[in-house]
Amino acid sequence: MIPSPNWEPRIIAFCCNYCAYAAADLAGSKRMQYPVNVRIVHSPCTGKIEMEHILEAFEKGIDGILVAGCLEGGCHFLEGNLRARKRTDRIREILDEIGIGGERLLMVNLSAAMAPTFVERVNQIVETVRALGPSPLHSSKQTESVGQP
Amino acid sequence: MIVASPKPITELKNLIARHGKVLFVGCGTCVTVCLAGGEREVGIASYAVRMARRIEGQPLELTQVTIERQCENEFIKDLAEPAAKAEAIVSFGCGAGVQAIAERFPTKPVYPGLNTQFLGILEEQAIWTEKCMGCGDCMLAEFGGICPVTRCAKRMLNGPCGGSTETHCEVDAGRPCAWQLIFTRLKGIGQLDRLDDIVPPKDWSTAWHSGTRKIVRQEHRV
Repeated sequence: MIPSPNWEPRIIAFCCNYCAYAAADLAGSKRMQYPVNVRIVHSPCTGKIEMEHILEAFEKGIDGILVAGCLEGGCHFLEGNLRARKRTDRIREILDEIGIGGERLLMVNLSAAMAPTFVERVNQIVETVRALGPSPLHSSKQTESVGQP
Repeated sequence: MIVASPKPITELKNLIARHGKVLFVGCGTCVTVCLAGGEREVGIASYAVRMARRIEGQPLELTQVTIERQCENEFIKDLAEPAAKAEAIVSFGCGAGVQAIAERFPTKPVYPGLNTQFLGILEEQAIWTEKCMGCGDCMLAEFGGICPVTRCAKRMLNGPCGGSTETHCEVDAGRPCAWQLIFTRLKGIGQLDRLDDIVPPKDWSTAWHSGTRKIVRQEHRV
């Protein structure tokens, strides 16, 4: 699909409370610039982010998702970020299979002090999604569904 | 419990390609425990199939319901209302659940959402192994509680074959030799003398080889 000239990627960054959110906060405190395309969702831990949360965001038309957790071995809940890694890997497979593209989902690990890395990764996902174009679900008709979730 | 595994999203999508309104039915018993067909797994499959259909320009109206047990009419009857509104049903139960729903709704196409695998147990998180093949004539007492009918690749009943390598099966090096397990277990419970008994050829007439089986217990009939 050819994006309109005014199209800008819409990205959600799920950030864990203990590292990634603090890194994003630090980036703000240091007045570091990163694209405005990203909306941060504050999460207790990346292990609390269910596969359904990510899939629902894609279904609602988001162009890309960044899942940012603690460094491996540094999770406040010991292994939440390791679980998130396995889940995002699986979702990436699903996204590839159904034609959305697994590249639209990126998981990164960083510590609370790694504000420059946070900014770098945000730039990375924005540029990746910008190159891919809008989500294929942008141009398709949505139907109502019933039941949970 | 009955262990099943999910079908690939593409296969699911192709199963219902001709339908526009579909009911996805999860099962709250075995397949929920084995993380294949419970409410959460049905939800994930629904998101994926719905998005795939939208991308193809054929939006899908999807309803999801998870019932307690798909293999009992008492619970299946709760599906009457959503099933009436759907063109087809995808059952995320085991093979028994799929067929029970198909019998209950004779005019609706019912498709399987899972591949039913075996009767097994959870070894550790997300690892299941087969323990029973339902042969209808349980011989576990003779083998210290380890089933060679299910767990020996050659179904040997009188000791190991000559191909086992140390403690593992020659058919699959990652699989423990059932007869090594039986020996260790019988030794542990002080019943090694059972190995002196010759086990006669097994009567397979109680297994599925002669067709589907049926059990009637008059004492519980009403």
